[in-house]
Amino acid sequence: MPDDISPAGTVPRAAKPVLPGRFTSRHALWMGLFLAVMVSFTFFADSYRLFQLTMLVVYAVAVLGMTILTGYSGQISLGHGAFFAIGSYATAILMSNYNWPYWATVPVAAAASALVGFLIGFPALRLGGLYLALTTFALAVAVPQILKVNALSDLTGGVQGLTMDKASAPFGLPLTGDQWIYLFSLGVGCVVFLMAWNLARGRSGRAMLAVREQAVAAEAMGVGLAGLKTRTFAVSAMITGVAGALSSIAVQFVAPDSFNFFLSITLFVGLVVGGVDSIPGALFGGAFIEFIPNIANDISKAAPGAIYGVILIGFMFLMPRGVGGAVVNLIRRAAGRGTKAGLAQAPAAE
Amino acid sequence: MTGLLHQIASGIASGAIYASVALALVMIYQATHHVNFAQGEMATLSTFVCLTLIQAGIPFWVAFVVALLLSFAFGAVVERVLMRPMMDAPVLASVGVFIGLLLIINALDGWIFGYTIKPFPSPFHSAHAMLGGYVSPHEIGATALTLLVLVLVWLFFRFTTLGLAMRAAAHNPASARLCGVRVNLMLSLGWGLAAAIGGAAGIMVAPIVFLDPNMMSGILLYAFAGALLGGIDSPLGAVIGGFAVGVLENLFGAYVVGTELKLTVALVIIVAVLVIKPAGLFGRAVHSRV
Repeated sequence: MPDDISPAGTVPRAAKPVLPGRFTSRHALWMGLFLAVMVSFTFFADSYRLFQLTMLVVYAVAVLGMTILTGYSGQISLGHGAFFAIGSYATAILMSNYNWPYWATVPVAAAASALVGFLIGFPALRLGGLYLALTTFALAVAVPQILKVNALSDLTGGVQGLTMDKASAPFGLPLTGDQWIYLFSLGVGCVVFLMAWNLARGRSGRAMLAVREQAVAAEAMGVGLAGLKTRTFAVSAMITGVAGALSSIAVQFVAPDSFNFFLSITLFVGLVVGGVDSIPGALFGGAFIEFIPNIANDISKAAPGAIYGVILIGFMFLMPRGVGGAVVNLIRRAAGRGTKAGLAQAPAAE
Repeated sequence: MTGLLHQIASGIASGAIYASVALALVMIYQATHHVNFAQGEMATLSTFVCLTLIQAGIPFWVAFVVALLLSFAFGAVVERVLMRPMMDAPVLASVGVFIGLLLIINALDGWIFGYTIKPFPSPFHSAHAMLGGYVSPHEIGATALTLLVLVLVWLFFRFTTLGLAMRAAAHNPASARLCGVRVNLMLSLGWGLAAAIGGAAGIMVAPIVFLDPNMMSGILLYAFAGALLGGIDSPLGAVIGGFAVGVLENLFGAYVVGTELKLTVALVIIVAVLVIKPAGLFGRAVHSRV
């Protein structure tokens, strides 16, 4: 069996890293169009559709947090549901127990998630990617239990959870609560996406990519490995925490069992579907998370899990860069700059 | 004092289960450097198969053996079809495939066998509790059977040619291949064996925790903690780690944090091991060279 001696994986490795380019006028045009369409939904969609679109934005932001972590620094988290939960609960506790206005809770939720992300990431990130996956897997499984603890039930509402008042439009704007919550989430989402874009194409983004591709070489060039990885993890947790806060505001209810292991896995599936290293891909991931389970639930109770599983394995074998990567590839090819980037061999994450 | 003894005894009983699953994880890790996140779901599937056979009127021990043989075949097929192409893939791809497998098996369990929680018969009957009532007959039987499986596995790897070939294939595939060991076949056998060991653990724990598609999710977590505590590349360490986690979990649950935070104990053990001694108690520290 001579071919056995160097077993060639049939799975294409991660392609050459693509740094987000300069922000050109064409980018601005497309983004403007996209935003105009999204904003126009405010006035056309009924309140149920608006809620779904709000949750699309929420999940897209949550997946974006994982994109920064996995796509840019090459670390794997199976427990981002935990940071989503921290963001959600921070907002819920402040709104429900302390009567804070909804908008003021978002920065606090972001800070709380970032802090916990830093504390969890610090020990795990000094080790290989598999250990982080294990630690975060454990975190994801343990979260509902921690939220149910009796000692904290005055704060968290225990098993019952917490309910909040619905946010209403400020300044006497002629908008319903649902419309305003959708616009608010869209606005926060835009800010977070812009921040992530800037982070990724700046100095930190380059350092993260260098760590992903060749950790030793990056260290030799003066990138502080442990520090950078821990900070990346904290930023990633913060972004997902913001998504959690937005979801609390939209749903007006939190309970421990909404933040089970399946939520973390759902976010992971969204990441893979959207494309691990594609920032716009997070939108596809968010759309996938919001709409596919609804469709699948009509088939049977077991269907979402099975569909997620098949899609995960299918994407890993056939489309490891996800929808985002495939779309970028198509656009490039159409523009006559076809590089077959999806098939290019490059050093892998770990 | 009797309370303490009781907690330790039942900790050892659950530790035996964790030790088996941890051993299955370590066997696959040693051979492929992948952690099988679907190990627990594979064990649950074996347990459902066993229950179906028992309900069809087959005696317990026959059903037990048949279920383990089927698990073995299933494990080998999974390795051949899904894992072989993943051999050199980045960590993300293998984790994705394992999680996908976990979801698919979990959904299949629910779809075929239903989500209701089912009682599972115990093969170990006795009119009265043994050892002054500290442990149930099932706990003693399950622990003894688990220990027997572990000893058999050890004997197999230590004293048979096939076991030696499997160890060689896991430790140094290139050299093993040059010595005429069929490495790919050994990997399939290793996966099959791991699936069977996990299946035995599932069938032994089902009478205690009852059977439903999510039966093993917590147990897998304790097995991870046990494997890391013992050292993820040491089979003996995994077994000792599994028992240690079982006892620790019970003692912490009874005296420190209460039963409601038991899963968090596993999380704390995992983080503590990674911070204090990443190689585990019996593992080799890995020094990577540039």
